[in-house]
Amino acid sequence: MSPDEPGEVRGGDEILLAFARALRAGGIAVTQDRAHGFLASAAELGADDPVAVRIAGRATLCASPDDLARFDQVFEAFFNARDGLPRTRPAAPTEPRFTDFPEEDASGEGEPTDEMVRAAASATELLRQRDVASLTPAEKRRLDGMFATLRPRAPMRRTARHQRWHRGQVDASRTLRSSLRRLGEPSVIEWRRRGTRPRRIVLLVDVSGSMSSYADALLRLAHRLTQALGQAAGPVETFTIGTRVTHISRALRIRDPERALVAAGETVPDWSGGTRLGETLRFFLDRWGQRGMARGAVVVVFSDGWERGDTALLGEQMARLRRIAHRVVWVNPHRGKDGYEAVQQGVVAALPHLHDFVAGHSLATYAELVEVLADA
Amino acid sequence: MEPSSMPGSAREVSALLGRTGYLCDDELATVTYLMLAMQRPLLLEGEPGTGKTALAEALAESLELPLVRLQCYEGIDSTQALYDWDFPRQILHLRALEAGGGADPEEAEKSLYDERFLLARPVLAALQQSPALLLVDEVDRADDEFEAFLLEVLSTWQVSIPELGTVRAATPPLVVLTSNRTRELHDALKRRCLYHWIEHPGLDRELQIVRSRAPEVSEALAGQVVRVVQQLRDRDLQKPPGVAETIDWARALHHLGTAELDLETASATLGALVKYREDADRVRHALDQLLRT
Repeated sequence: MSPDEPGEVRGGDEILLAFARALRAGGIAVTQDRAHGFLASAAELGADDPVAVRIAGRATLCASPDDLARFDQVFEAFFNARDGLPRTRPAAPTEPRFTDFPEEDASGEGEPTDEMVRAAASATELLRQRDVASLTPAEKRRLDGMFATLRPRAPMRRTARHQRWHRGQVDASRTLRSSLRRLGEPSVIEWRRRGTRPRRIVLLVDVSGSMSSYADALLRLAHRLTQALGQAAGPVETFTIGTRVTHISRALRIRDPERALVAAGETVPDWSGGTRLGETLRFFLDRWGQRGMARGAVVVVFSDGWERGDTALLGEQMARLRRIAHRVVWVNPHRGKDGYEAVQQGVVAALPHLHDFVAGHSLATYAELVEVLADA
Repeated sequence: MEPSSMPGSAREVSALLGRTGYLCDDELATVTYLMLAMQRPLLLEGEPGTGKTALAEALAESLELPLVRLQCYEGIDSTQALYDWDFPRQILHLRALEAGGGADPEEAEKSLYDERFLLARPVLAALQQSPALLLVDEVDRADDEFEAFLLEVLSTWQVSIPELGTVRAATPPLVVLTSNRTRELHDALKRRCLYHWIEHPGLDRELQIVRSRAPEVSEALAGQVVRVVQQLRDRDLQKPPGVAETIDWARALHHLGTAELDLETASATLGALVKYREDADRVRHALDQLLRT
C-alpha cells in the first residue's frame, strides 16, 4: 500500500475505509456493518499486507461472483494508483440506456365531465387493445399507469407439508397431541390436507434490437408480476436475454415502477443488440436453470423468435428447458397480429417444445397472459 | 473448542485440512481461518462438485468436532430444523403414569414436556452439542421464511422452546453454509457471513487431490485423467465434471486394471464422469482428439 507522502499520513483504517467507499462507488453494496467486518478481518490478517487485505475484502464485502469481479477491478485501480489516495473512481456505473421512457409533456387537465369520463373510459379500453409499439409518448405514459390494473395470481403447487383443515386426511400427530392434553382420553379427530405454495415464475425477456419497441412494456409487466406476487426474494425471477443473460430481479423489486425500470436499465448491458437465443438460453440453463431456478417453475420466454444463431441449438435448449420446467410459455408480440404465421426459424424450432404459445403486444394480451400463468 | 486446538494462522488451517485429504488454496485457507478467528459463519458458493460440502466435513474432522448437517429443501420449516416432540413416547409415558395409579394431572403434564421426549433436529442439536460444526447444506433450496429463521439463530445462538425454556449454546457452533445459487440469498443473511466462491482446482492441485483421495491409482493414470478432465471443463458441457467425478473416474479406470488411458476403456467408463447423454456424446468425440495429442 502506497501513500506515504509527507504530510499525508493516514491511519490504516482510514485507507481501508476510503477503499470501501471506492467499492461503493464501483457498485458494491458496502454497508456500515460490512465495512466494520472488513476492518476487523483485515486487522486479523494484517492490514499492511495487500494480499491479506484483498482476501479479507473479498470475504467480507462481496456477496456474489459479480461482486468479486468488481472488487478485483476496484482493488487494482485503488491500490495501484500511486498518486496518493482515492481520486480514482473506477468502474463508474454505466449511463442508463433506457430510451423508451415517455417524454414529459404538459397536459393540463380541467374538471372532468361525464362526457369526458365516458370518452376516457372507451379510450382506455381502446388503449388496452393497441399494439404498444405503435403508441405515442403520451399514450404510452397513460398505458404505463394501467399496468397496475393487471391482477396477477400465482400458480400454486402442492407442498410436502400438511396444513390443518376441516376435512381430508386424519392428522394423527395433532389428534394425539390434543388427546394428550386430556391425559390420553380420546378427543376430537383433527384433519389435515397437503399445503400449497406459489410456484416460481421465471421470466426471460428478449431485449434484442427487434424487440426494442416492446422491451419497456415487457419489463413493466415483469415489474407488475414481481410486485404483485411477492416482495423480497419472491417467486418471480426475471432475466433479460439478448447477447447475454442478465439477472434483474433485484432491480424489479423496487416498488416504484419508474425507479425499478431505471435500475433494471442500468443492470442490462446489451440493450438492442443481436439475438442469439440458443446460446443465451443455454447459458441460462447452465448457470441458473439446471441448478434449480427453472426446475418445476413456470418459465415464460418473451421473444419474437428472430434467431441470428443456430436454430438447431435453440430447439435443443428448448427441449432441455421443457424437461426441467413445469410449464413453458412463449409470448410473441407478433402472434396476435393479422396475418401472423409462425415462420421465423426460431419460433419454428421452439414450437414443438412449448406448452403455450400466446400473443403479447397489448395490455389486453398481457391480461390474458396473467390468466395463463395463474392456471399453470 | 479448546483455544489451544484452534489453528493460529491460515497456513495452519491449510495444513490441518491437508491432513484429512482436503487440499485448499491460500484464499480459501485464509477465509476459513477468518471464520474460526472471528466466529462468523462461512457462506460457500460455487459450481457443483468443487468441494463446498467437503470443506465442512474436512473441517469437522480436523478440528475433531461433531458435524451436524442440515440439508435444506423446498418447504423445510423450523420444526424440521429445530425440534419436535416424540408423541408416541409421550403417550406411552402417560399410560405408564396411569397404570401406576392416578398421577396428579399437572405433574403428569409437566413430566410430558421433559427433555427426554424432545427430538433435537440439526440446529438445536448443534447448539446443544456445541462446540460443533453446523453444515447448512444448499441453503438456496429453502424458502426465504426459513432463511429469516436461520438468520435469527445465527445472530443469537439461542432457541426458545415454549415448554422448556431457552437453549443457548455455551460456545457458538462453527457454521458453514453452502449454496448453488439457484436463487439469490437475502442480503441480511449474506451480511452475517464471510463469503467465498470456490472455483474448480487447477491442474496441479487437482492432481494432488486425486492422488490423496485415491492413492491406489497410479501416478501416470491420475495425471492423464486430470489432464483430460481439465480440458473437458473448457468444452461446453451441460454439467462439467467436478472433482468428485474426476476421482470416481480415476477409481473406475483403476478397477478395470487400466494402466494407460485409451479410447475404449475411457468410453466404457464415461458414466463415472458425465451424467448427461448429450455430454457423453460430446466427450466421446473430444476424447478421440484429446488422447491423440
